[in-house]
Amino acid sequence: MNPYRRHPFIRVATVLVYLFLYTPIVVLVLYAFNASRTNILFEGFIPSFGPLQTSGSLVTQSPCGPFHWFCELSRNREVGAAARNTLTIAFISTLTSTVIGTMAALALQRYNFRMKPFSQIFLYIPIVIPEIVMGIGILTLFSQLFGVLNSALGLAGDSRLSLGLGTVIVSHIAFSVPFVTLVVQARLQGFDKSYEEAAMDLGANELVTFWRVTFPMILPGVLSGALLAFTLSLDDFVITFFTTGPGATTLPIYVYGLLRRIITPQVNALSTIWIAIVLTAVILLQRLQNREA
Amino acid sequence: MLQRLRENKAWQGTLLALPTTLWLFVLLVIPLFLTLVVSFGRRSPDGGVIYGFSFHNYLRLLGYSTDCPGGQAACFDPLYAGILWRSLTLAFWTTVIVILLAYPLAYFIARSHPRRRNTFLMLVLVPLWTNFVIRVYAWMMLLREQGVINGVLGWIAAQFGIPFQPLQMLYTPGAVLVGMVYEFLPFMILPIFTSLEKIELPLYEAAADLGANPFRTFLRVTLPLSMPGVVAGTILVFIPVMGTFIVSDLLGGKQVILVGNLIQNQFLSARDPTFGSAASLILMIMTLIVTYFYTRKFGFGEEIIAA
Repeated sequence: MNPYRRHPFIRVATVLVYLFLYTPIVVLVLYAFNASRTNILFEGFIPSFGPLQTSGSLVTQSPCGPFHWFCELSRNREVGAAARNTLTIAFISTLTSTVIGTMAALALQRYNFRMKPFSQIFLYIPIVIPEIVMGIGILTLFSQLFGVLNSALGLAGDSRLSLGLGTVIVSHIAFSVPFVTLVVQARLQGFDKSYEEAAMDLGANELVTFWRVTFPMILPGVLSGALLAFTLSLDDFVITFFTTGPGATTLPIYVYGLLRRIITPQVNALSTIWIAIVLTAVILLQRLQNREA
Repeated sequence: MLQRLRENKAWQGTLLALPTTLWLFVLLVIPLFLTLVVSFGRRSPDGGVIYGFSFHNYLRLLGYSTDCPGGQAACFDPLYAGILWRSLTLAFWTTVIVILLAYPLAYFIARSHPRRRNTFLMLVLVPLWTNFVIRVYAWMMLLREQGVINGVLGWIAAQFGIPFQPLQMLYTPGAVLVGMVYEFLPFMILPIFTSLEKIELPLYEAAADLGANPFRTFLRVTLPLSMPGVVAGTILVFIPVMGTFIVSDLLGGKQVILVGNLIQNQFLSARDPTFGSAASLILMIMTLIVTYFYTRKFGFGEEIIAA
């Protein structure tokens, strides 16, 4: 019996589901190069380079040629600021949640202590509770806290505490830490303790044992936890929506605000860049995994 | 002091877990508690909160109204109960459709040659990692009245000389359902794949040797063993669908109001955080009840982490 035999029904269904997954993405990318400004049908690429020329709703010539909308996008300052904010938030929250999340995973897997049941239960909160519930809860916390602090410290005007990058970062750490901890914990579960005991027997102290034995072995778990935290942060809309303030707009928030007003090919250009980055990351990841295997 | 810390394992564990536990306590547990407190309060004229202990927000959500057309003291207003019910049924149908679409694909990947398996999986990750809002935008492009689907249909009709009226697809409940299915499909594929991949091949051979045909093997071996994946996927799909408001906002417009839109609206435009908090807690209770009964029946698999 061939173990890889699959019923024709399965094959047809697979093709259809992949089509469903990719048609929107292909359309999104194709229309980033559309000569038509109204973006209804694909009217072909912008054929030539040169000073901007239009006829009706068609762009017939652009300094950037077919990449017209990408050039328009690059001149958009709001997008640049939003991209910077998005990356700043993702980097800081990933770094923090990876460090404290790994520490918690070690504690939960290796030690017994009184608050252990609480620590473990807290980890499941972001999984079983809709994001919007967390979002408005955190919003309430910050607005109450800042209200009290501002009047207690007598802060006024620009020096008042308010929602911004800081609140977004703190909240992103809160929802990504549990995922890091759970991933690292899963890695620690299948991990033979005798290696550490051997290191200790050979005279290594706890610190040396950790850095030379434990850490290298859990590193793949830590890295995939970090990757998860990073993508969760980049992708997040809901929590950011409720915890962001003036000057701390992220890309998803910016795009959402734009879509409620207009549909422009610039958003397609932005999406195309995003998809290209994701595709590169996924391919790199696969290369890495293949090398490991 | 340091010496004592070195010897006391309990203290070491506490210290290691402290930052995470504290962080989650301050940003998850306290906010939930605050939401509870606020939900019993009343809205002040400037959109603030007057604290108190009253269930009027919850009664209003369940249909109790004092603003009656006939002038009675109290009557039933189905508006908010309808929104809750609509969110629940939409989440249910989204989950059902997502399972039906995800299962064959997950099965295909799990039964493909190990060398190609990774590539097929990566093809699932690309849409998943493409931003949530961007994926909604793609469906706005496809579905709107002057969108790609109508454009293509119109073009085909023109080739045959048939008159064509663009279909109204955007801002309908169907658009929201399609958008939700598209957004959350990968979250079902990955856990089902993980549980299918664990099934050992000799099990199939044994079933075949014992005279089971492929269909029977599927029903009696494959399906039961993949249930942990389906359960994990359901939790990963059902809960976020219940609370999402972007999909309904952008693809449903004013036609499809879900509980997520209701909550968002209370905090941003209607400025009644007390009512929004009550709605948010009802949403949380609904998802917890569904998750509790569902996992009690089928178990809570470790596949959630695998995804």
